[in-house]
Amino acid sequence: MDTFLALMNGMAIAVQPHNLLFALIGVMLGTAVGVLPGIGPALTVALLLPVTYKLDPGGSLIMFAGIYYGGMYGGSTTAILINTPGESASMATALEGNKMAKAGRGGPALATAAIGSFVAGTFATIGLAFLAPWLVDIALKFGPEDYFALMCVAFVTVSATFGASPVRGLTSLFIGLALGLVGIDKLTGQARLTFGIPELLDGIEITTLAVGLFAIGEALYVAARRHLEEDKVEAIRGSLWMTAQDWKRSWAPWLRGTLFGFPIGALPAGGAEIPTFLSYSVEKRLTKHPEEFGRGAIEGVAGPEAANNASAAGTLVPLLTLGLPTSATAAMMLAGFQQYGFNPGPLLFAEKPELVWGLIASLFIANTMLLVLNLPLVGLWVRLLSIPRPWLYGGILVFAVTGTIAAKPSAVELTMLGAFGLLGFLMRRFDYPIAPVVVGLILGPIAEAQLRRALQISLGDPMVLVESPMSATLLAIAFVALVAPYALKGLRKMGATED
Amino acid sequence: MQSDQQHHVDYAGLAIGVGLLLLAAIIGFDTANLELSPTYGVGPKAMPIIVGSGLALLALANRVLAWRGGFPQRETFDAAALLLILGGLAALIGIIMLGGGFIPAIAVLFATTSAAFGRRAFITDLVIGLVLGFVVYLLFSKLLSLGLPTGPLERLM
Repeated sequence: MDTFLALMNGMAIAVQPHNLLFALIGVMLGTAVGVLPGIGPALTVALLLPVTYKLDPGGSLIMFAGIYYGGMYGGSTTAILINTPGESASMATALEGNKMAKAGRGGPALATAAIGSFVAGTFATIGLAFLAPWLVDIALKFGPEDYFALMCVAFVTVSATFGASPVRGLTSLFIGLALGLVGIDKLTGQARLTFGIPELLDGIEITTLAVGLFAIGEALYVAARRHLEEDKVEAIRGSLWMTAQDWKRSWAPWLRGTLFGFPIGALPAGGAEIPTFLSYSVEKRLTKHPEEFGRGAIEGVAGPEAANNASAAGTLVPLLTLGLPTSATAAMMLAGFQQYGFNPGPLLFAEKPELVWGLIASLFIANTMLLVLNLPLVGLWVRLLSIPRPWLYGGILVFAVTGTIAAKPSAVELTMLGAFGLLGFLMRRFDYPIAPVVVGLILGPIAEAQLRRALQISLGDPMVLVESPMSATLLAIAFVALVAPYALKGLRKMGATED
Repeated sequence: MQSDQQHHVDYAGLAIGVGLLLLAAIIGFDTANLELSPTYGVGPKAMPIIVGSGLALLALANRVLAWRGGFPQRETFDAAALLLILGGLAALIGIIMLGGGFIPAIAVLFATTSAAFGRRAFITDLVIGLVLGFVVYLLFSKLLSLGLPTGPLERLM
């Protein structure tokens, strides 16, 4: 009941005209960048951070959340119309959606994606609203050792468990952790890894890292392999409306997708890939039209799209209640909170209820706006795809450096931006995941602070980490998550030799 | 039997291992120069030691990955495009540091990036870049009241 009341209060804040405006700007921007290849919601939030730090915090955060949701919508449009999914979570959508578009059923594909996203986003946001207070109650009892253990879980799951290769994910994470060491140690005032460069004393800016890795790294990567492939945009032919048959085939996949997406997104596990692929394979098994799969089955668009959006809402659960970002976009949103001096977590719910609940309530509004705006405007979004690539990337680079110049106009900062861009290029080329670097930079210093606080209270006794039942359990989970991929691989090998 | 696959040494992959080891060594040297703090528990050295050791281990793991041919096959890449963008970025830094101002620096970056993506109209793109820089400058300095570096061009406004 308290939750309901808090949500109503939040709604009263979210419908204030200026907050509505921020939500509208957010979903429009989010959709636009989601549609454009090469820039995702994480980068957009990163680009906007330096620009918005003088604006109203509540409104800016509402805008960031709108970008997050909008990016998911836009990504599916690109996946359906040009078979190059903007993010890996849209891969499943591209499988069936692009086939539908080629067969002249692009309209219904876009419609089921949009309505499915709305259904999933709404249910998942309700889930968020009711799960959050409950998690906050638990989190309030956490000691520093429990937080440290929780971050270990996040580190492992974000980098090792679900990536293609745990070694690569962990390498990315440790590069991020190493970058997080740079600067003055807050407890003793000693400078670490600054090499006498005064600009480094404050540490490495999250936005510089994120913009370098995402914007410049992506531009370098796309430019360097431009000669290899050419995109082809499918025109939307036929009606945008779904037939009665389409509705009948879509509603169950929407709900099942939500059930996959939300819990997996809410676990500190990161990534929307798992639930989307789970949903895809389940729909493939349950469908009455198995012959259509691989040739444009509407279930294969409806389910994964719902899963994708539900998991995006799910990642907001650990972000808001525990301060744990489990995806690149969530990491950038955490940076957004920090820019205004807020630390997401249980205390924020107590200290700034209007901010948190206003944000949660605005998610419902953003979701509705997306449904209303996107279907009629889909032609407009598609026209964005016709911006010539040279100008598009030229523009991306201009905005990337402008943000950095406005925040910290120094040669050191801009050189770092370029260096991170090169790092991003190399990581893409050698198939290292990017998100763990950003998560490592943000969470590394927090994890260190919690660890040192825990050991200070225990007078240096490391046993404190395993004596708290919560911390012991979490560390055990982290350990299992770290070795599980190897153990599973070993089992599979054994099974294979027996055959 | 996977081990029968042909072993071709991936030198770029090996270089990654060396790079990580180098990073670990830098962290090690830097940490060795820190003073011990008199606080209880762990001081500022603990985390660098954890991260440094982790990186050293991962350097090894990446070496193994490279030996096994665990890295993806790389496609050929267009080094000229890469150099154009990075060169544009370097030019931007140079122009701003020498007091040339924000707008010309942005114009150069826009034009080189555009060229990296295959356009052969450098002068036109330079002009577009100037206009874009002008608009962004107005937006940031007047609307968002964020300071951007000024040069002769900006001082005219």
